[in-house]
Amino acid sequence: MSESEIQDQTLWCIVNGQTVERKVESRLLLSDFIRHELNLTGTHVGCEHGVCGSCTVLVEGKSMRSCLMLAIQAQGLEIHTVESLGKVKHLHPLQESFREHHGLQCGFCTPGFLMTAIDMAQSGKSYTREELKEGLSGNLCRCTGYQGIINAVAHYFEQIGILQTEEKGDSL
Amino acid sequence: MKPNRFQYISAQSIPEALSLLNTHQSDVKIIAGGQSLMPMLNFRVVNPQYLIDIGRILELDHISQKDGLIEIGAITPYVKIENSALIQQHLPIVPEVIRHIAHLTIRNRGTIGGSLSHADPASEMPMLMRLLDAHFEIRSESTSYQISAHDFFLGPLHTVLQNQELLTKILIKVPSSNMGWAFQEFARRSGDYALAAVGITLEIKQQSGRKMIDQLKIAMMGVGDTPLRLSSIEALMNGQEFSADLLDQVKDKIFTELDPRGDLQSSAEFKKHLASNIFTRVMSEAWDKANSYQIGSTRS
Repeated sequence: MSESEIQDQTLWCIVNGQTVERKVESRLLLSDFIRHELNLTGTHVGCEHGVCGSCTVLVEGKSMRSCLMLAIQAQGLEIHTVESLGKVKHLHPLQESFREHHGLQCGFCTPGFLMTAIDMAQSGKSYTREELKEGLSGNLCRCTGYQGIINAVAHYFEQIGILQTEEKGDSL
Repeated sequence: MKPNRFQYISAQSIPEALSLLNTHQSDVKIIAGGQSLMPMLNFRVVNPQYLIDIGRILELDHISQKDGLIEIGAITPYVKIENSALIQQHLPIVPEVIRHIAHLTIRNRGTIGGSLSHADPASEMPMLMRLLDAHFEIRSESTSYQISAHDFFLGPLHTVLQNQELLTKILIKVPSSNMGWAFQEFARRSGDYALAAVGITLEIKQQSGRKMIDQLKIAMMGVGDTPLRLSSIEALMNGQEFSADLLDQVKDKIFTELDPRGDLQSSAEFKKHLASNIFTRVMSEAWDKANSYQIGSTRS
């Protein structure tokens, strides 16, 4: 099969509540579709092989790495990116908590952390601080040393009543 | 890092997937969750002409119990298996092992059949399947057969699967509710590939007032080209009383007998040390658990 025979395919999906339809190459990554086709540049691309977690989005409500998924695999599915959370003047409570607790410095990893934490928050489970750390362990941050991020997410989980406090956690 | 060009086809049924496999044979890769395949496509280590997506075939996404067997469809995602009440009740070691696989976002999308077909020697699922004596259903357009996990894995990223064949189902015998079990692994960071891991299941046989090790199964990974079953050690320990002496003796034997390859992260010597030490912890934990079931407490 020569390359010219490979046809673009029509993809439709629902991104942040809006139905979108585009012709895409089958090899297009979901992360590139979101950034380049939809101009939603809040989703960041760090490593492009599933290590850093920066490109995490929600697919059908579950956190997934958009660099480890083809755009065409999102056919008919519902996607939420970081743009679905808050706006600069009206931050989502989780984002507000990141600001309060110095959960970011350069901010590159932040969208991935936010979307992972949102998945955890929506899962119906509650978390000890250890479990919370384990849940976030798939996202890399090269600035903060993580404590601010963990504090930010813990504070938000506490606000919405899913932080288990009976366990003696560390003081950080 | 972007994949090379390929033709993507989303198969809607098992027969359609098998027909596509049969037509295109060596030019095809199957994708479901893609959590191992996508990085390989992105790096262009793998360059198929056709990518057949089986991720929408509902028939392959199920967990059920039939005739004393638990059946898991090949594209069932880890997160679904981890949270399945049926699995938690009958095979509590499975959710425990799954929690060691990569990270939340990977477990949301990664599938059991994908991991088994990929056959990474540092992956937990192949080892767990050997520990549990699982069988796999393999289908092609012309055949359908079952194969045991022991015969399935041939080497690193290498299984018996032929180009036209598809792993469709995993079958695991429902174990005795008195079965003690434990699993531990050592990885540099949470979610990293483990350097070594050990899984054990066992039962206790009462004989003239003494408690003997029975039905012992020991599996290891990270210390061979495929996941290992330590059948000679199993035979050695079965029928014996559990003691610190026995544990020491067997630990030394395991250290001597293992023959792992060293790599950039760890020397062969270090892996042997890790595996034999993890073994003693896992064996003790599994024994304690089996004892607690014996005392009559029901498994939660």
